Amino acid sequence: MPNKQLSLLSVLLSAAVLIACGKSENSKSIAATTAVAPGAEEVLVVKIGASAPLTGPQAHIGKDNEYGTRMAIDDANAKGVMIGGRKVRLELFSEDDQSDPRAATVVAQKLVDAKVNGIIGHLNSGTTIPASRIYSDNGIPQISPSATAVGYTAQGFKTAFRVMANDAQQGKVLGEFAAKNLGAKKIAVIDDRTAYGQGLADEFVKAAQAGGAQIVAREFTTDKAIDFSAVLTSIKGKNPDLVFFGGMDPQGVPLVRQLKALGLPAKFMMGDGGYTPKLIELAGAAAEGTYASLPGVPLEQMPGGRDFSQRYEARFKQAIQLYAPYCYDAVNVMISAMQKAGSAEPAKYLPELAKTEYDGVTAKIVFDDKGDLKGGAITLYQVQQGKWQPLQTMGGQAMAGQSTDGLAGGAPAAAH
Amino acid sequence: MRNVLEQVLQCNKRNAWVAAAALALLLLVLPFATDTLLGRGWVRIVDFALLYIMLALGLNIVVGYAGLLDLGYIAFFAVGAYCYALLGSPLFGLHWPFWIVLPLGALLACFFGVLLGAPTLRLRGDYLAIVTLGFGEIIRIFLNNLNAPVNITNGPQGISLIDPIQIGGFSLGTAHELFGLVFPSVYLYYYLFLAIALLIIFASLRLQDSRIGRAWMAIREDEVAAHAMGINTRNVKLLAFAMGATFGGAAGGLFAGFQGFISPESFSLTESIMVVCMVVLGGMGNIGGVVLGGVLLVVLPEILRHGAGPAQQALFGKTVVDPESLRMLLFGLALILVMLWRPAGLWPSTQRQRELTSASAVRQQDAYDAGK
Amino acid sequence: MASLETLLQQLINGLIQGSVYALVALGYTMVYGILGLINFAHGEVVMVGAMVALTMTGILTAAGLPPLVVLLLSLMAAVAVCMLLGYGMERIAYRPLRNAPRLAPLITAIGISIVLQNLAMIIWGREYHAFPALLPNTLHTLGGAVINDVQIVIVLVALAMMAGLLLLVHRTRLGCAMRAVAENPSAATLMGVNNNAVISIAFMVGSALAAVAGVMVSANYGIVHYYMGAILGLKAFTAAVLGGIGNLRGAMLGGVLLGLIESLGAGYIGDLSGGFFGSNYQDVFAFFVLIAVLIFRPSGLLGERVAQRA
Repeated sequence: MPNKQLSLLSVLLSAAVLIACGKSENSKSIAATTAVAPGAEEVLVVKIGASAPLTGPQAHIGKDNEYGTRMAIDDANAKGVMIGGRKVRLELFSEDDQSDPRAATVVAQKLVDAKVNGIIGHLNSGTTIPASRIYSDNGIPQISPSATAVGYTAQGFKTAFRVMANDAQQGKVLGEFAAKNLGAKKIAVIDDRTAYGQGLADEFVKAAQAGGAQIVAREFTTDKAIDFSAVLTSIKGKNPDLVFFGGMDPQGVPLVRQLKALGLPAKFMMGDGGYTPKLIELAGAAAEGTYASLPGVPLEQMPGGRDFSQRYEARFKQAIQLYAPYCYDAVNVMISAMQKAGSAEPAKYLPELAKTEYDGVTAKIVFDDKGDLKGGAITLYQVQQGKWQPLQTMGGQAMAGQSTDGLAGGAPAAAH
Repeated sequence: MRNVLEQVLQCNKRNAWVAAAALALLLLVLPFATDTLLGRGWVRIVDFALLYIMLALGLNIVVGYAGLLDLGYIAFFAVGAYCYALLGSPLFGLHWPFWIVLPLGALLACFFGVLLGAPTLRLRGDYLAIVTLGFGEIIRIFLNNLNAPVNITNGPQGISLIDPIQIGGFSLGTAHELFGLVFPSVYLYYYLFLAIALLIIFASLRLQDSRIGRAWMAIREDEVAAHAMGINTRNVKLLAFAMGATFGGAAGGLFAGFQGFISPESFSLTESIMVVCMVVLGGMGNIGGVVLGGVLLVVLPEILRHGAGPAQQALFGKTVVDPESLRMLLFGLALILVMLWRPAGLWPSTQRQRELTSASAVRQQDAYDAGK
Repeated sequence: MASLETLLQQLINGLIQGSVYALVALGYTMVYGILGLINFAHGEVVMVGAMVALTMTGILTAAGLPPLVVLLLSLMAAVAVCMLLGYGMERIAYRPLRNAPRLAPLITAIGISIVLQNLAMIIWGREYHAFPALLPNTLHTLGGAVINDVQIVIVLVALAMMAGLLLLVHRTRLGCAMRAVAENPSAATLMGVNNNAVISIAFMVGSALAAVAGVMVSANYGIVHYYMGAILGLKAFTAAVLGGIGNLRGAMLGGVLLGLIESLGAGYIGDLSGGFFGSNYQDVFAFFVLIAVLIFRPSGLLGERVAQRA
């Protein structure tokens, strides 16, 4: 492969230039990017941009996103995808947005420069929103696997999609489930004051109140805290029968442990941020009985879902953290739209993307006119005997058939 | 890096006018050159570098001139940004023009500067540092939580769809064709930011040599002696906080218009610390040094982002460590090495350099005073 | 009655949290008292201590040692590694800058903290780790409030550490040397004190305390993460300043006070402000108290009055 050697050489050279001198290292990045693109002429190269925090406190979830995206791309390459009659090779451009809005806009501009055909990202709403403006200005379709803020798709950008239920959809299901199915009368709500936690908690409160429950305490923490004893003590004084936390698992773990240690006899519930293997692994016995939700249908009940998780674990030597399956779906949704349009040109396949009807590993994916998941199914889970067990799949008219399957499938899974 | 520095220094000595003309030309064509050579993402990075230069210059007044360590400086940036966003976004349906909102933001930041300065006048050194740090956090926490009971800042969700900066009917948010050349949005912002940065540089230069500037430096060197010489230390210190905050507020307004979305997470303590690093690393009290520090700290992580992967490939033939982890690691190492190599900053002010020779006695006195 | 129980529980929460802050704050103050330098990387030393202990517990438990032995050996390993780290840090990043402008060591400290964090991320990974519960952690009920063994140990260890430090500084020859260096380095040299050795020891003692704090925090919360040091370091620094930085008793007092302010603030702001402010303003409350204290006592609660110079 003379081409490969050439590209390696150019990379070597450019790296040497970088080390030697401070100013001209920039020319190297050009050399590197142009060198990446060679290959046989008849093969069409489709560039998929991906962005998530790969450093910082959420790095483990960001890396999980990258793995999910990478797996979809490698699968497609292995399978040999044809778009408009041409053989296609997909390439991943993964960038670290540090979960920082400013870095996200720089990354977005870079991905636009690299002429990516589509974007999978970003992870957080706080980075997805500022970046979406740049993608929209350049007409590049963007599918976020995990941004849940309502504001993302409410901006009116034609290029913005997500394969994840938004806060309003998920908070509503959670609130109704707490008030009606669990019969909670007095509920305490905590959120971590991030866009995700606050958005979800607010929607939860609305739905729970509509369901007849009373919010007895509204407390707050941060996404860096590990001590919640003060807040929990104050909640304990109000005798709630359910505590809801809008936040991610790093806070969920110490929170549920301290909740149990304080002897608070309330049920504990989180959103998708809590549905992780880490929650059980780290919180141990304290996690038992915890409720959490996840958009879509349980992975093991989906065609190809179990296969996906097995291959993921074999390849990356870790369990799926959280959103990898959504990234996997997002890439496939994008590819299928390109195939239908017969082109990887953003302007050409964008209309097809909006009309997507795709059976993914997380759910059947259909977008509404805003780019949100239409009638997205949401599944509630509970930790039973140290495992996440699906309880019930709610919503999702688009896939009523499968959601009943999910319900039926839940029982044997729980028995096992 | 060193070569560039020396070149610039030599240029200054050789022929100021030729150098200035060359520099002006370079600055004018910079976005075009950057775009063709490196891509438009880098033009955006240059834009951010200019914003940080404004911030660093503002902080330089407080830290470099007056010697007051401020670890909450980003709060003023936040005040300016939120002022712009609240008056120019669909949140309240207000769309005030840029030339009213920007000065208003700067003014508001100035007010907050005095607000911070007033109670902290008696504090020194590290005590001042922690109070300013607290002030920065207080502002951020308020911005993050003022969405209930009355929604003012939209809380953690941030404010999106902020109006782009518009001068007359000329919006900087879209590409324009002028003199037969196409100017994309990031170029237009570049020229605006450059103009304002130059204005701030000019103001800083004039301040430095003015009566006020000398009063600040006197306070930095010895507050008691300055007071004895008849300097109204209270007013002069407040003025330093106010001036620094004003520049920060103006930069904040520009940032909001440029990015189109702001949320409280952009104004964290880490950002304050970054700006302090720019000032100290570049060379406290020296405008050239501060500008250099600003450019380096914005550009360096980006260079490492691209360099870390290929460099490993070259050295080991494969990627041993994730480039992302390595990027911040190298950045930290660079901070340490630069400070060890040039403790007074990359390009210190000549005056401070002279002080350095007698600094050891001062340091020991410091340790003596503080250590009990 | 229930509210009294709540108050008691909040006081206990504050005391435990405060003891952790105090342990870390002692490290800051130790270094500051002698060098007048804020070791901003101190929080990361806490994290390294926790991480080393985590690795050691894994290895030793696999070797089949009894839990108590595992815990003690891990703690010793963490202390040893952190002392080495403290020594190295001082040698590499602070000693060459001892006569440099005041803010230069601040930047190297920030650099060290970035380096340590990212090294830890490379070595121990990005994810959160469970810190094993090695000893039975029984709950005790105390007038309606609960406290567990680990938490009692934290309070006791913090007290013991402070007492030990006070003894070290005021009753030993080494402590005498430390005070001499703090008082006047050049005079101390003239009296035959090896300044560099004394300063190195101060760093190592501070780092050892950080290691202990790291193990305590991990045992209490049961999780370890490479990012855990930053926020703890910041809180402890605040505590040290509140008490009067450079003063050992001040660090202890400031730590416990900050813990109490936080827990009472988070617990009662909502009720006091009629629901306008909630526990989201916990840190605002803490900083307001800090600012108020510093306005009236510019050198912290127990800090000695610093002469009128910068």
